[in-house]
Amino acid sequence: MSDSTDEVRSYTVRLELVDEPGELLRALEPIANNGGNLLSIFHERGNVTPRGHIPVEVDLEATPERFDDIVDALRDAGINVIQAGAEQYSEALTIILTGHLVNTDLSDTLSRIHESTDATVTDLSLSAPEGTDDASSARIRLATEEGAVTETMSAIRTVAGDKDLRVIEPLAAGGEA
Amino acid sequence: MRLAVIGAGAVGSSVVELASDHGHSVTAFADSSSAVIDSAGIDAAEALDRKRIDGVVGSGTPEDALSAEYDVLVEATPTTLGDAEPGFSHVQAALERDRHAVLANKGPVAERYADVRALERESEGSVLFEATVGGAMPILSTIDDFDPSHITAVRGVLNGTANFILSRMATEGLDYEHVLAEAQDLGVAEADPTFDVDGTDAALKGVIIANVLSDDGTEYTLEDAEVEGIQEISGSALELARADGRTVRLIAEVVEGSVRVGPRLVPDNAPLAVSGTRNIAQLETEHAGQLNISGRGAGGPETASAVLADIGRL
Repeated sequence: MSDSTDEVRSYTVRLELVDEPGELLRALEPIANNGGNLLSIFHERGNVTPRGHIPVEVDLEATPERFDDIVDALRDAGINVIQAGAEQYSEALTIILTGHLVNTDLSDTLSRIHESTDATVTDLSLSAPEGTDDASSARIRLATEEGAVTETMSAIRTVAGDKDLRVIEPLAAGGEA
Repeated sequence: MRLAVIGAGAVGSSVVELASDHGHSVTAFADSSSAVIDSAGIDAAEALDRKRIDGVVGSGTPEDALSAEYDVLVEATPTTLGDAEPGFSHVQAALERDRHAVLANKGPVAERYADVRALERESEGSVLFEATVGGAMPILSTIDDFDPSHITAVRGVLNGTANFILSRMATEGLDYEHVLAEAQDLGVAEADPTFDVDGTDAALKGVIIANVLSDDGTEYTLEDAEVEGIQEISGSALELARADGRTVRLIAEVVEGSVRVGPRLVPDNAPLAVSGTRNIAQLETEHAGQLNISGRGAGGPETASAVLADIGRL
């Protein structure tokens, strides 16, 4: 049941680089220096973010342990890591809300979550097997800012508490599960 | 070792039955109203037969068992909350006589941990309680081996009944009431399953872990735990989780002095997504990553095995 530490896996890392000469090289060095094997680099030169940064997607191979070191090294070098690996460091967050979702105005619930957390709802699935007047469930995927998961969850709990909804939370980010 | 076994439920009876197999003799055995005492070792089969047929283990009184000759008192009476009586007094009686106490009863270490430790400090005897968390699984002894200061978090599925219900609901698409009734028919859930499904049982185990991990003397009780049960988990919630490669498990989480029990989303293939009545504890270690301990978290012989393992450690 324990996770293997010697198995090489492939990972995708999304970075946002400052538009300055040498930045891409600076971002790739921590990967090579920590035993990562670069597979591809997708440099979205024409797709500048609102903050004026350039998104770069890097595919690489590494053991899970080395991958952790790579991400740490990137962050130590001041590189903006937007997403790393499957979900381990991502800011995507999935929750399930249950209760009288429809009667308590689901779209209002979502906009309150949006307003109070800076999180964006990126996906929503609603299941109301007993009809919309009865208790139903919704799976909501949110994108939150880096490091804001705890804050986001606490805001969601407040909104849900006001409307007497239940939140099934994900297990802490960073944990394997 | 000579054992005084207090409590004649599934665990106490199994300890009596398995003791000789582990090289121990039982010199006293009590249920709530009777006892059998023999300094040369009781006849285990006879006492267990008598319990089954007459509802008493012998002709003595429970007080006789507490004052009998023994090296280790095994406290296997039902878990009680608050003052944790009568279990606490049984442990106290043993320690005041400089005897060891091994607990299967969660009450004293979940509700009065500091009192138990204070009594232990004044005694020549020691207190061990592996059987209170995770049945047969060596969770507390592993924490002890690593040293609590090197464990940063413990997460786990620590109630087999709740896990059985959630995993059946998820795989069969059945609702809560239906699966609960089925679990009761199978003997997986008790007639009154409240403590299993409302998270109390898992929370008591979380509290015990928090007490063991506590490095600044902070004492935890059930009141310190944030607890939510599984009674309101709907089939549609599980369905939505499954469509996304996830499932819902009742997780007990002990991190940085907080104890939290509640239904949580976990990936379908995660170690914590055990199915059926199986339990798992995931230790987050400082220097060795994650350590998963999985196995049977309840049952007479299983829990008795943990009691006997503790006796072996004394």
